[in-house]
Amino acid sequence: MATILALETSCDETAVAILRDGELVASEVASQVAAHEKYGGVVPEVASRNHLVHAPRLLEHALDRAKIDIDQVDAFAATSGPGLASSLMIGASIAKGLAIARGKPYLAINHLEGHLLSPFFGEANIRPNVSLIVSGGHTMSIFVRAVGDYEIVGRTVDDAAGEAFDKVAKLLGLNYPGGPEIEKRARAGDAKRFDLPRSMPDSTNFSFSGLKTSVRYLLPKLRGNYLADVCASFQQAVIDVLVQKTLAAARKYDVDLVTISGGVSCNEAFRQQMARACAKDRRELKTAPPSLCTDNAAMIAFAAALQFAKGSASSVQEEIDPNLALA
Amino acid sequence: MATFTSNSAAETESLGRDFARKIDKGDVVALRGDLGSGKTQFVKGVVAGLGSGNEVTSPTFTLIHEYSGGRLPIYHFDFFRIEDRQSAERLGLDEYFFGDGVCLIEWADKFPELIPPNAKWISFTTKSETEREIAT
Repeated sequence: MATILALETSCDETAVAILRDGELVASEVASQVAAHEKYGGVVPEVASRNHLVHAPRLLEHALDRAKIDIDQVDAFAATSGPGLASSLMIGASIAKGLAIARGKPYLAINHLEGHLLSPFFGEANIRPNVSLIVSGGHTMSIFVRAVGDYEIVGRTVDDAAGEAFDKVAKLLGLNYPGGPEIEKRARAGDAKRFDLPRSMPDSTNFSFSGLKTSVRYLLPKLRGNYLADVCASFQQAVIDVLVQKTLAAARKYDVDLVTISGGVSCNEAFRQQMARACAKDRRELKTAPPSLCTDNAAMIAFAAALQFAKGSASSVQEEIDPNLALA
Repeated sequence: MATFTSNSAAETESLGRDFARKIDKGDVVALRGDLGSGKTQFVKGVVAGLGSGNEVTSPTFTLIHEYSGGRLPIYHFDFFRIEDRQSAERLGLDEYFFGDGVCLIEWADKFPELIPPNAKWISFTTKSETEREIAT
């Protein structure tokens, strides 16, 4: 076992984590949601500038919290993509610099690998599974054979599920980030009141652009009290598609395990319905703990630890890649 | 100025492919039109037409997507969620506009003053649930 220090700066969260012998001994996240609220979104220049401010401070905090000296770290890891070039550069440069200075290996980790392994956090054995990653920037299902052995089953051809939540929230005049706002209002709503489209039912890929457009055309026709019902109907349309396609993939690849991760997997209604559907299909569902659903460095450290255990290391010459592919 | 009618997402993408032939290094393409009028679909066609095999998705959340592998680097922007001019300026647009590739900007009409005067504007108008008018 080993001590791994990881940085995650792929989008708007600056995060540092330390994993020691499989145990998370520090996980620091400087959430930038407050800074972005006034811009109504993630603005790359703001994000990268903030990463530079937060990262050194978080590194110190993490080492303090873990009660270790930087010399005790066996490998330094960072997210090398996909994400915003200017943001990725900061985390990766820090990790590479530390690796060179301390003469330790550097591990370039794919952000999506961090997500898809996060439901196994703390475990050493990764069983074959069908994994669904759902967040603001990504919607993707993957057949996971083993650590590092991935096959993309389907992905969004337009908007990510979390982005659809954000866009619909914006149409409804709700705050950013839109996911939790819609979820909150959906609880009191009637999910059957509006019949919204479930796109591409026969494809392994996802599409949420048409759903967004449907909500847009629906709103001007509505009068009176409709907010909760629109939220519930929209949320249900997203959940139906995610559940149906993920289970179809699990059947196709004949796996008895389904895993979900990413920000949207924190949605309580989605978790419950996915759990029911898996139970009915006699498959196990593993979910990432909520603290690992939003962008964080613990999942990057965990993926790095599994890679390190396999004897993998990356070259410090390895460039970040905004479009880094998983498979 | 030319006006085209598209009756499907596939037709809009095909118009984007045709448009890609006329694109040169340093071009800025400003897209305007309602939600769901086909802007991202058009960009898909342009990116494929330029020879990049990258998957094109909406950059609403991330604001900038970069596509490589084609005859020019492509930078895909989205102003939809940007609230004020100051935030838009923080994107460092000039570095991209006067760079080595082509820039495609969705919701460019939100900050027309930030778009270079020689930009190619394309308007998307929703005529019905499926019909779109695309004016270049």
